[in-house]
Amino acid sequence: MIDALNALVVLANFVIVPAVAYGAQLALGALGVTLIFAILRFTNMAHGDTMAFGTMATIFTTWGLQNAGISLGPLPTALLALPVGIAVTALLLLGTDRLIYRFYRAKKVAPVMLLIVSVGVMFVMNGLVRFIIGVDDQRFADGERFIISARTFKTMTGLDEGLAIRTTQGITVVTAIIVVAALFWFLERTRTGKSMRAYSDNEDLALLSGINPERVVMITWVLVAALATIAGVLYGLDKSFKPFTYFQLLLPIFAAAIVGGLGSPVGAIIGGFVIAFSEVGVTYAFKRVLGYLLPEGLEPTGLVQLLGTDYKFAVSFAILVVVLIFKPTGLYKGASA
Amino acid sequence: MTRREAGLFALVALLIVGTGVVQGWNSALLILNMGLVSALMALGVNLQWGLAGLFNVGVMGFVALGGLAVVIVSMPPVGEAWAAGGGRALAGLVFGAATVFAAITAWRRMPRGRARALAMTGILVGGFLIYRAVMAPAVGAIEAVNPAVTGYLGGMGLPVLVAWPVGGLLAAGAAWVIGKTALGLRADYLAIATLGISEIVIAVLKNEDWLSRGVKNVNGLPRPVPNEIDLQESAEFVARADGLGLDPVLASTLYVKAAYGVLFAVVLIIVLVLAQLALRSPWGRMMRAIRDNEVAANAMGKNITARHLQVFVLGSAVCGLAGAMMTTLDGQLTPSSYQPLRYTFLIWVMVIVGGSGNNFGAVLGGMLIWFLWVQVEPMGQWLLGVITAPMPDGSWLKGHLLDGAAQMRLLTMGLVLLLVLRFSPRGLMPER
Repeated sequence: MIDALNALVVLANFVIVPAVAYGAQLALGALGVTLIFAILRFTNMAHGDTMAFGTMATIFTTWGLQNAGISLGPLPTALLALPVGIAVTALLLLGTDRLIYRFYRAKKVAPVMLLIVSVGVMFVMNGLVRFIIGVDDQRFADGERFIISARTFKTMTGLDEGLAIRTTQGITVVTAIIVVAALFWFLERTRTGKSMRAYSDNEDLALLSGINPERVVMITWVLVAALATIAGVLYGLDKSFKPFTYFQLLLPIFAAAIVGGLGSPVGAIIGGFVIAFSEVGVTYAFKRVLGYLLPEGLEPTGLVQLLGTDYKFAVSFAILVVVLIFKPTGLYKGASA
Repeated sequence: MTRREAGLFALVALLIVGTGVVQGWNSALLILNMGLVSALMALGVNLQWGLAGLFNVGVMGFVALGGLAVVIVSMPPVGEAWAAGGGRALAGLVFGAATVFAAITAWRRMPRGRARALAMTGILVGGFLIYRAVMAPAVGAIEAVNPAVTGYLGGMGLPVLVAWPVGGLLAAGAAWVIGKTALGLRADYLAIATLGISEIVIAVLKNEDWLSRGVKNVNGLPRPVPNEIDLQESAEFVARADGLGLDPVLASTLYVKAAYGVLFAVVLIIVLVLAQLALRSPWGRMMRAIRDNEVAANAMGKNITARHLQVFVLGSAVCGLAGAMMTTLDGQLTPSSYQPLRYTFLIWVMVIVGGSGNNFGAVLGGMLIWFLWVQVEPMGQWLLGVITAPMPDGSWLKGHLLDGAAQMRLLTMGLVLLLVLRFSPRGLMPER
């Protein structure tokens, strides 16, 4: 019995808790991608760099607040800086739309053209971020490090294994729940949200019923800025901020959005967790978990690790391929093939 | 070629000659050589995008596979490593391939239903576990053989030029697998799938030390051209250099680079001619018809997915060939140097700026954008130097701005791409 509990704690400590946090971050990222796809009808290659930009803006605000001696006590100061980061990112995205995307929207170009345009935007944003903050790792988490540290947990429960929950992981999950709830409330209940869904379902009908397309697009960009910045800041708090890592997040985020079904918000969230759990699960060495569970003498000698952690991209990719082959619309009926 | 197009090529030539005059001929030849390789990559992408409208963002992966081919083909085999675990590793690979094949066969042959899904999953999971069991000891044994110098299987010891077509073949094989899964779906799905495969190829190169030493890099790849040192020691070469009034050291470096340039130019011209013939053939017209109206082409009885697969494999093979040439030029395989912005998206900038659908445009774009990529950094340094000149020395902002100059190239490339897309969406040399 105790062995089973110990195994469960090890599993929770190394797989479940990190995967839940990572999944929430991916889900927020995928929500942004899926919103752009649903409303603006293209795949945004610049999303990873949008996240990086938003995080950078938040980091600078955090530093400013820290210099001014303002903090949130046990919580990271970055949470206080988040609204500023979102506002700056929203301005950037609205400016990008005004200068770049609007021209192509008016011409009704093919979605793949917009995809290429977003590659250009990606270059510029990437360059901007690297130019302003540099290419190095930045850590900006402050406040209390743990909600429960491994040692407290051990003394509390008397188990051999400890379960540590970092503050950043807790914040990630709580923030993600709040953001998702707010987003769904907005999309389902408000007039603007309804007009966005109408626009996404059928553009012509929406125009006929008097919905202002430019307003819908503007609100979409603001929402995307908020989602991307929050996802980026949560990821940065949990791990660290490095422009190149954010660029690489593009792959798991796209995988999450497609697995869930491009254009479907619920799907994006489910997809995020599917990808996160598979990535963490497949690359985790189950030696210790099995050591507790299996009878004496049968303990595994190897690490029982399916793939090295460097292959985590392979996991998102494999899931993506499986979904593309067997269910191209994703789990939640997104855009069809 | 119109007068305008000839003028554009003359401009690129002038830029490179200008570099030679201002910064020295070694720099100019470096730009020229990598420009030729870039032009070849752009040709490959142009086959896929310009001819067929396929959006491949995995160029980096195919280029890296070409680089891997150079190691596998041209490095001398490490006998000890082969003895330690070569046979077992090969057996593992064959078994892995057999597993995948068996799974696909099961999927095709068995009737629909739960039994089929279970059988396929069982084959894949069981096969993977056995594959791991076979592979792990072999990998351990191979990597234990003198890890500081070898620790890998080595290659086949063949002439390095053989590696170039092999690089194309490797890339073509990978492209076939990708194409089989992702073609026929939405354009964006192909983009994501190729993005994924390229990251995986790099991950394999970085981690499978038994294959190509991973991040320890393979150095000292054989060269198709003589060594500079050998030239400097050859009395005949020194005499000839003296006859031209050149320092033998400088002459040898120039000679080697020029030799590479000639080799690359020959390959580029061959591929360009082939691409041009393909473009003008009935096949090329069919591809463009499919690109412009899939429904109509389908109604005419054209097998769209098969044709897409064909051109996707061809284009990727050209990228692999270019990748092998690039690794040969570098003389080493460094997996950590493969960055998607540099090896995938920059190639895209080249194709779009040059003019998608026009092979000459791709070549022009490749050379021109490569020139910019190299020269923007010193230009940015100079520009920021001018901007920061009035600032006091040692100020934080000045140092920061000067450090950031290296990032100017990304910004510039993005701006170039956006400006071309906006004001000249068909590129410098529009398709005809």
